[in-house]
Amino acid sequence: MSMEVITRGGVITEPGNSVENKTGSWRVFKPVINYEKCIRCLICWRYCPEPSILKIDDEETKMNTPAPKEAMKRLPVVKIDYDYCKGCGICYNECPVHAIDFVREER
Amino acid sequence: MKAMIRGNESIAYAFKLARVQVVPAYPITPSTLVPEKISEFIANGEMNAEFIPVESEHSAISAAIGASAKGVRVGTATASQGLALMHEVLFIASGMRLPIVMGIGNRALSAPINIWCDHQDMMSARDTGWMQFYAESNQEGLDLGIMAFKIAEDPRVLLPAMVGLDAFVLTHTVEPVEMPEQKDVDDFLGEFKPNYVILDPKKPATLGAFAFPEHYMEFKYGQWIAMQQAKKVIDEVFEEFENRFGRRYRKVSGEFMEDAEIAIVTMGSMTGTAREFVRKLREKGEKVGLVKITTFRPFPKEELISVLKDVKVVAVMERNISHGFGGAVYAELGSAFVNQPSRPKILDFIVGLGGRDITFKTFEEVYGVAKKAIENDVDEVNWVDVNKEAVLKAEGLL
Repeated sequence: MSMEVITRGGVITEPGNSVENKTGSWRVFKPVINYEKCIRCLICWRYCPEPSILKIDDEETKMNTPAPKEAMKRLPVVKIDYDYCKGCGICYNECPVHAIDFVREER
Repeated sequence: MKAMIRGNESIAYAFKLARVQVVPAYPITPSTLVPEKISEFIANGEMNAEFIPVESEHSAISAAIGASAKGVRVGTATASQGLALMHEVLFIASGMRLPIVMGIGNRALSAPINIWCDHQDMMSARDTGWMQFYAESNQEGLDLGIMAFKIAEDPRVLLPAMVGLDAFVLTHTVEPVEMPEQKDVDDFLGEFKPNYVILDPKKPATLGAFAFPEHYMEFKYGQWIAMQQAKKVIDEVFEEFENRFGRRYRKVSGEFMEDAEIAIVTMGSMTGTAREFVRKLREKGEKVGLVKITTFRPFPKEELISVLKDVKVVAVMERNISHGFGGAVYAELGSAFVNQPSRPKILDFIVGLGGRDITFKTFEEVYGVAKKAIENDVDEVNWVDVNKEAVLKAEGLL
């Protein structure tokens, strides 16, 4: 990470730049969703503090993503945004059906 | 126009004349009269400012930061435990480069609880990144209070500043003060224009952001540069003030220093007594001089070296103690000389803690030790006017 422009007092004059700073590099462990088990309850999506769990609601993704039961394919799919996920493990901890694995990040 | 005012009022009048717009403050002895007087000015319609009564000093300085970040001129006042309670927030004010001015009624810290004068409160805030000025008189309190805004707000500086007035000796003592005209102060200070950032929804900005190890040091280096710049700005502002108001200020003032063999270094109100003492000794033919430090941060290293380099012994008299080493002024003055090819013998005299009077008797003892030091080895750190025997008994050493 480099900073070409230093402002006095650390003032950030162009707000909203968190979009540019990908904070996913902090991660040591990363959550991985096992879609064969995921019941699409959205609990992880609610608990994620970042929020780095994305809710995908388009028909194609819903139908093409595996699910434990066919009827669940009517529900939105959760996906992890690894650009920002810091690997806190809250989703892994909260998932009621243990559909999220927490594995060491390999770079 | 002359006015008879107490030291606390000199800060209140400085804020009024500087047209301070926000004053968040929490009362504490001995600086309570500052917010009291400002409330009175506002209630009487003499001052157009927002007074924010807060629940603690921690909140007072936090509110001052918020108001200053909004882009208005801000002043507050505190003392002793109040300044200590502000401590962590003081770093935020300087790190965010907000030119807040704070009047301090220099007072001892507990325990034992004591409301009287020493400089321990401001000395303990030495490393917070604030500029520090110490007034000798109420006139100096008023003048430094006004000048502090001009120095702090200078685009080359942008650092907060403290102006210290000795508890009771100045804060509660009525002295005649030359009160500048509002118009002159307006011309001198100009309207406050936040030249860096304003909290404005149309021009959003992030203030007080997080900095990683990759960036943090650059911001600290920026503050270091600003403090270096302040040395020059302070001289310029002191000179401009003299041209307009006729009163001369220096970061370090030497008196009776020609051919002096011994120099007494003072800060704050003890300087008046010291001047009289030195004058009397000079009449007797003693080669003694007086050096008053007005600006302690930035530390006026160059000026002190220049004025003290040719004396034999420097007697630093100070109302603070860093237990385990000595006084802060002694420590810094010693450091200032450490790489000089020749240097005087520098001695420390701890005096006047917790409001103990500093009298001619004190100066006589100090001068006696300093004179002896020309030829002999003496203690580097000397406690003066202390019942040492009783203390040593209590500590089981006698």
